[in-house]
Amino acid sequence: MYVAVKGGEAAIANAHRLLADRRRGDRSVPSITIEQIAGQLGLAVDRVMAEASLYDRSLAALAIRQARGDMIEAIFILRAYRTTLPRFGTSRPLDTTSMAIERRISATYKDLPGGQMLGATFDYTHRLLDPSLLTDAPVEEPALRQPDDEVSLMRVSEILAQEDLIEADGELPADHVTGDLTREPLEFPMSRDLRLQALARGDEGFLLALGYSTQRGYGNAHPFVGEIRIGEVEVEFDVPELGFAVSLGCIQVTECQMVNQFKGSAKAPPQFTRGYGLVFGQSERKSMSMSLVDRALRATELGEDITAAAQDEEFVISHSDNVQSTGFVEHLKLPHYVDFQAELDLVRRMRRDFEASRQAGNDDDFMEAAQ
Amino acid sequence: MTMKTEALTGGFAEPVHQAQGVFKLMMDGMARPGTIQTVGGGGTVPPAPLGIAAGAIALTLCDHDTPVWLSAQLASPLIADWLAFHTGATVTQEKAEARFAFIEAGKALSSFGLFSIGTQEYPDRSATIVIEIANFENGQLLSLSGPGILGTREIRPEGLPDAFLRLWADNRVLFPRGIDVVLAAADRFVCLPRTSKITVREI
Amino acid sequence: MDTAREMEMTPGGKDERKRVVDLLAHADRAELSAPWENLQPKPEMYPVRGPETGLVMVRGRIGGGGAPFNLGEVTVSRATVRLASGAIGHGQSLGTDREKAKLAAIFDALWQQPETRDFVENRVLAPVCARIEQHKHRNAEEAAATRVDFFTMVRGDD
Repeated sequence: MYVAVKGGEAAIANAHRLLADRRRGDRSVPSITIEQIAGQLGLAVDRVMAEASLYDRSLAALAIRQARGDMIEAIFILRAYRTTLPRFGTSRPLDTTSMAIERRISATYKDLPGGQMLGATFDYTHRLLDPSLLTDAPVEEPALRQPDDEVSLMRVSEILAQEDLIEADGELPADHVTGDLTREPLEFPMSRDLRLQALARGDEGFLLALGYSTQRGYGNAHPFVGEIRIGEVEVEFDVPELGFAVSLGCIQVTECQMVNQFKGSAKAPPQFTRGYGLVFGQSERKSMSMSLVDRALRATELGEDITAAAQDEEFVISHSDNVQSTGFVEHLKLPHYVDFQAELDLVRRMRRDFEASRQAGNDDDFMEAAQ
Repeated sequence: MTMKTEALTGGFAEPVHQAQGVFKLMMDGMARPGTIQTVGGGGTVPPAPLGIAAGAIALTLCDHDTPVWLSAQLASPLIADWLAFHTGATVTQEKAEARFAFIEAGKALSSFGLFSIGTQEYPDRSATIVIEIANFENGQLLSLSGPGILGTREIRPEGLPDAFLRLWADNRVLFPRGIDVVLAAADRFVCLPRTSKITVREI
Repeated sequence: MDTAREMEMTPGGKDERKRVVDLLAHADRAELSAPWENLQPKPEMYPVRGPETGLVMVRGRIGGGGAPFNLGEVTVSRATVRLASGAIGHGQSLGTDREKAKLAAIFDALWQQPETRDFVENRVLAPVCARIEQHKHRNAEEAAATRVDFFTMVRGDD
């Protein structure tokens, strides 16, 4: 039962005023700009865009500032904003083979065509706090090197495919209509396209933990990073008034092909199978986690036993969205006065009954002892 | 092929306000079945033979997520382009896929059966069918009753498809599933949600 | 507008028009507003649609080349304008900058008019194209500098 309660307006208004003050912080320190957040906290912006499921660097930076750096709050704000906009349509599928590569590595082939490019990575850093960043010390320009002439950066999966040792890219039946969880309520079992949409916007921490669990034996994983590539791809959109697809511009994405050894089953021969990860922005950890979980969720399709949480799509997909999760967890702090009064009343009654029966029991014992 | 100029013009001059206005009329119309709602001109000039009210309803309710089915005379490349440019909606040949259908005046209707009627769990996943008629003055006197109507309300639509009353009776049996109908004539329309019962009034 | 007129207004056909529209989508706001300031006389123009901001759902493919899936949305702003000559221009690009979309639509329309095409080619498209090429090349050079050149250590024989 809900009862309307009034009286909090002044407190709420003042709380919001206090929030604005705390957000601004010390007035003698210059306030942070959207350009600074977008330019210097780029990976935070990437995370907000990926989990808000909306690619817009400026708006994500604004959300981070507004949320005082609380990432889930920023994601929530950006998600809420996207619901105010009409949808013009659907892009052509991104062509990640024609990506302008910023980073591309493989853990399975040392000498893959096109080479391994480390890009801007934290790998091989020593994770020691860097005091030079306490000051605004000048930073060197990046090193340059003449790139190879237009080497086609073939996917690692294509190398294995030449030996017929890896499954094909995931196909769905020809009459399958691409699902969209922003339009239709979730239903289980779910097709792989919908699962990937859910994972792409899923909480990085949740997916990381699940991916880790598959490596520790909860699930059936023998994963190798076939390839990770980060870079810019064109977004092509069919414009009916022009009658052809045009470019809307470029977005940065991270793609992970996770190759998994597979012993074979009644449904498929021994071969390598794959999990796939594709995420907005530079989000290597997220794309790797996504590909691990994608592979684990294919257990039924590949005839594997479902023994672990990461293989249970209803468990994974129902709990992967951090806006949904935070909504339900945080609603507990809202007034439940009436619910609680009812519970309090119930517990008091049960306690009275309990005391009464214990008293009766004591009396019986006394009687028995007396006899 | 690049679209023709006629397909690019004739939309709402002020999309936000006009769409809100027509949406309000639709809500009022659905809440009070049988009342005549007038969209007025407002510069909306849909390509012929799509009527002004039908066109305004399309501009208001159709979007990229609502495939539209058009009857034979309406299914011209010009109207399809006009809908695509102004609403983002695509035209479908499959009645079952359509969330909205527009039917020209005088079109014979054999059944609503192929249009989506929704499911028991999601009765909202059904089609809304806009039927162009001649006028609301000179037709057979019909009496409406049901939710949103205190007692009964009378309408006189001229140019209803011949089998309409039988099809409507069949549609009501499906409740909560079923299609909803909007009758449109020039710049006016009348809503017939699936809950409305129609009886012929003997004069 | 009949087909013959359309062809006249779309020199080079679809591929040429696509080149123009694609380049305008990649332009920065300043790369459009600066030439617009310099354009004399300014054309009379009428809004046809927008400028407006909305979303486009971006799709990927399972495994990179398989069935499509919905990855997430991007903000897109777009506009359609008509010039006094009847030329209709469309502008659309990522982001929420509606003014930029309108300028792109105007330049798309101006490009279709023979008398203003050179202005658009030389003052708008050429600089954008050069900047994009330079940016691409620079990024490729920076990535190439982080390419690993593996060499095998010589093993001892004993």
